[in-house]
Formats: sequence, structure tokens, C-alpha cells
Amino acid sequence: MSENKEIIFKVQNLRTWFPITKGAFKKVVGHVKAVDDVSLEVYKGETLGIVGESGCGKSTFGKTLMMLERATGGQVLFNYDGEFRDITKFNKDEMFDFRKKVQMVFQDPYSALNPQKKIYTSFEEPLVVHGMKDQAQREARMQEVLKMVNIQPDYLMRYPHEFSGGQRQRLCIARALEVMPEVLICDEPVSALDVSIQAQVLNLMKDIQKELNLTYLFIAHDLSVVQYMSDRIVVMYLGKIVEVADSRALYDEPLHPYTRALLSAIPVPDIHNTKKRQVLEGEVPSPIHKPSGCAFHNRCPHCMEICKQVDPTLAVQNPENGHMVACHLYAEQQKKLQEEQAAASQA
Amino acid sequence: MSETKTLSIKEQNKSAASSLMKKNIRKFLRNKLAVFGLVVIVIMTVACVAGMILGVDYSTPNPTIMRAAPDAAHIFGTDTIGRDLFARVLYGGCYSIFIGVFCAVLSSVVGAILGAIAGYFGRWVDAVIVRISEIFLAFPQLVLVMMLVAILNKRSMGNMLFVFVVTGWMTTFRMVRNEFMSLKGETYVKVCEAFGMSRANVMFKQILPNVMTPIIVSTTTNVAYFILQEAALSFIGLGVADSTPTWGNILNAAKSIQVVQNQWWIWVFPGLAISLFVLAINFFGDGLRDVLDAKQQ
Repeated sequence: MSENKEIIFKVQNLRTWFPITKGAFKKVVGHVKAVDDVSLEVYKGETLGIVGESGCGKSTFGKTLMMLERATGGQVLFNYDGEFRDITKFNKDEMFDFRKKVQMVFQDPYSALNPQKKIYTSFEEPLVVHGMKDQAQREARMQEVLKMVNIQPDYLMRYPHEFSGGQRQRLCIARALEVMPEVLICDEPVSALDVSIQAQVLNLMKDIQKELNLTYLFIAHDLSVVQYMSDRIVVMYLGKIVEVADSRALYDEPLHPYTRALLSAIPVPDIHNTKKRQVLEGEVPSPIHKPSGCAFHNRCPHCMEICKQVDPTLAVQNPENGHMVACHLYAEQQKKLQEEQAAASQA
Repeated sequence: MSETKTLSIKEQNKSAASSLMKKNIRKFLRNKLAVFGLVVIVIMTVACVAGMILGVDYSTPNPTIMRAAPDAAHIFGTDTIGRDLFARVLYGGCYSIFIGVFCAVLSSVVGAILGAIAGYFGRWVDAVIVRISEIFLAFPQLVLVMMLVAILNKRSMGNMLFVFVVTGWMTTFRMVRNEFMSLKGETYVKVCEAFGMSRANVMFKQILPNVMTPIIVSTTTNVAYFILQEAALSFIGLGVADSTPTWGNILNAAKSIQVVQNQWWIWVFPGLAISLFVLAINFFGDGLRDVLDAKQQ
């Protein structure tokens, strides 16, 4: 399924580390490894969900793809009509142009619109900055995107505080769409909203995606939301990807022990269902001092000796649906698979 | 088609804005003290400017009527060398008010720009500007004035304005810097960055409007502060040259104990003018803060 799809983002060994400085001379004493050696491919037109608990680096990962955070290392290749270019090496002008390709919807719709400005101004500015000089043209574009999110054009004259949370988030989505992006990075777009409004916004986003053939990078911690939205899901733990799978495959047969624990935490609306919750012991280790070997080993119920020493690599577990996992439990199987593939390609 | 529609949007836009304005004006009018302040400010300013335009005679000494008590011809009396005090208070008002307003506005502009830069860029830029502001804060204003007078060997209006602006921008700077520090973390700033807007655009067009209210309010109260500063410096003889009648310079005559004891009108009227104006500005500033504070709306 994934082979015939066009790749839009190709992330290779991306690292985003924040230095920790100490003393008057700002000596670097360590790093917060928010995103640590992440490799990933994003296909055109899909919704890629990114899940993980707070502080696992999923938001930072999204911001790094937008270059709102500077990458410490690695590459982020973006597909410019078939030609992949590394956005981490872009200069100012190239970056400015890239801003039109990828846009972002932020978590907090309450502070995402400038409270001093009318919606009209907030909507006009990006278009002016990106060189749409004709006012009538700008207004036509503004009305077009507002129509997509079902907001009346005469609401443009209002101030942000006159809108509800759901309306504001819809406005934010509309504003991001103004520059006709190809990719929308959604950083927990509904977690600040009421549950009833969440569904409304999510459905709207799905409709828009269908209409514009957008690619979504959907960052969230709400597993049911991610399941509803995503085609593929990436599970992150402490700045690393532990599992990548199709949405269905991930929920049907989670492989990584962390994913299993995560999924068992989804509440089921059925009183007869007494599914046992798998509660992880301990806290998430600090991203400054990560455990040796597999970052998850000190909380893993299946921890083996090798886990404490060697960091597992992300490898394909099921070639049929591209299910990938980074865990020593599957190392043998994966190795066999790789050997088979190598043999097949030789033959 | 869309043009007619959008025109109507813009029209409605204007009416909404003006209704907000009306609401604010009504709110301001309900504050009696603030209205009183505004009325006093307007009356005094108009009177002073009118006096200057009409060219009342403030400078010709008249030896025959030195230290005359107030009467019909000289309603505020005359000073120690027989000049009409009413004319001098009017003229002095122009200078004092000008000094207050000019210095307050200019120091706010300087403070706001530096504060915006320090708060937005943070890191070493912030550290450097904050240190500079602390050096200025730690340096006594009086000494700076005396140094300037000594170096330039003359007391002029320009010197005074310069010293006031140089020593007066720090409060606005600190306020703006702190506001910027917290506001730059707001999501709308990130959104603007995500759209690739320039830093200057983000700083001055996005964040600054959100800091405008405290800047305006502190500017009004600074006007009062600078008028008092001018009066104090002129009183001790370090302010504007004697030939220029500012309120402080007129008060300067009251340094002698004899005048204080016997010619009350020489110091009461300019003193009253200063107190009344400063009080009025403070009332007005308070009222303005209540109206403009967005958090209360």
C-alpha cells in the first residue's frame, strides 16, 4: 500500500536537542534530547498520527519540521515536485517560500489569535506578507477559507474574544489554509476543546483534507482521537520512535510493550468489559539522562539483559503493512526477515 | 461581486469600532475625578497657550510696582522686580507642560523600542540592554545635570530635555521588556513566525499593540513626573536658564525666607499651578487606565 504512495517528507536521523547551560559563562552541561535520532517518511495525502505521553518530544518534532525549532542534526527532506530538498539548510528566502508549503495549527486556540486585532487583520496579514497585493483578491481568498470552516464572512469584523473555542480553532485552521499549504502540522488541535466540539472540528478537518488533498501530521495524546483521524500512527517515547504502523494494525496488534500499555489505557465505554489495564511502573525518565540501551527498559515488563545495553533499531516487522517496531523482543524475527529479503533481492 | 460585499464588511467594521469607542468614552465620563482632571488639563493648557499667542508681557520689569500684592491690574500680583506674575505663570505653563509632554513621550518611545528589542530577542541582547539600563538607574540624575551644566557652562532647555530623556526611559523599558518576555511565548507570535513574518513585523505590529495600554498610561503619569522634576531642578537653580519662565523658575524667587514670609503670592500661585496640573494628570491617567485596561473588558 505504501509503495505506490508519493513521499512528501523524508526525515532522516533528526535530532533536536536543547542545551542546558550553567553558570555565568553559559557552559553547556547537558542536553534535553527532545527529538533524538528520528527517521520517518510521510506520504502525500495521508494523516500521520503521532502519539506519546507528555514530554516525549512529539510537539518539538512537529515544530522542527516547520523549522520553528532549529534541528541539531539530521535531515528533513521536503518534496518539491519530485525533488527532495533539505529544509534544515534553507536560507531565509527559501525558508520563507517553504512557509507556504507547510503550515501549522496550534494547541491553544485561545491565544492563537492576536487579541488586539480583528479577525480581518489577523487573516489579512499572512496574505500581505506573502505578496498578495490586491485587496479584493485577498478578501476573496479570506472568504473562500472561511467558507471551508463554515464561518460567516461578516464575522471577520469581530475580535477574537467574541468567539468560542471551537470557532477560534476553526478560524486558526482557516488562516493556516490561506497560503494553500500542502502539509498541515496539527499540534494537539483539539485537546483544548470540549469533547462535543472536538468531534465537530475533527470532522471538519477530515472534510477539508479530502477537499484539498492535504497531508496531515496529527500530533495528539488522545489515543481515540488519533485512531479516528490517522491512516498511520507513530508512537514516540522519550524522543524516539518505538513503533510505526497502520492505524488498524496498531490498534489490533500492538507490538511494542509501551504501545500495549498505552492502548490498554484507552477507556472502553462498556461496563461488562473488564479488560485488565496494564499499568506501567515508575515515571518517564528525564530526557536529559536517558537510560542506557532501550530508553524504555526500566519500565518494560519484558525487559531482557540486552535491553539494558543495546538501543534497539526501528525495523520492519510485517512487510505486508509496513509495521515497524524498535524492540529486542522482535529482533530475531526482524533479522530473519531482513535476511530473507536480502536473499530475495540477490536471487 | 465580492467587492461590494467586502465593502459592507469594512463599513460594519467601522461602526463596530466606533461603538467600542463610544462605550469607552461613556466609561471614562462616569469617572468624575478623571473628567475633572481632563477639564483642568485642557483649561490650563489652553490658557497658557493663549497667553503665549496673545503675547502677554512677562519679562519687562517695572520698578514702581515691585512685590505688589494681587489687585485688579495684576491679579496674581508682581514678583520681586515688578513683573506681572499672571503673565509669567501663563508663559511658564507653556514651557513646563512642553517639557513634561516632550520628555514623557520621547522617553516612552526610547523605552518601548529598547524594551521590545530586549524582551523579544532575549539572551545576550537582553542582558546587555538591561545592564545599560541599570547603569543609568544607578546614576543620580542631579549629578548628571550638574555635570552637563559644568561642561557646557550654560543652562539650557536642550540640556534639560536631554538629561530627562536619558534618565527617564528605564521604567517604561522595564515594563515593556517584561510584557514582551511573556507575550513572545503566546501562540499568535508562533503563528506569525510560522507564516514567515519578519521579526520587526512581529515585534512592532503584533506584540507592541498589546503593550500599548500600559505605555500610554505610564506616559501620562510621566508627564506629571517630569513637570515636577523640572520644577525641582529649576528651584535649586540647575534647570532652564533664568530668562525662561518655567513654573519652577518662578518658584525659584521664593527661595528667600523674606519672600516666603511676606509675599505669599509669589510662591503660592506658581506652586498652585504645578500642584493642580500634576494632580489633574494623575487623575486623568488613572481614569485612562481603567478605560483602556483590556483585562477588565
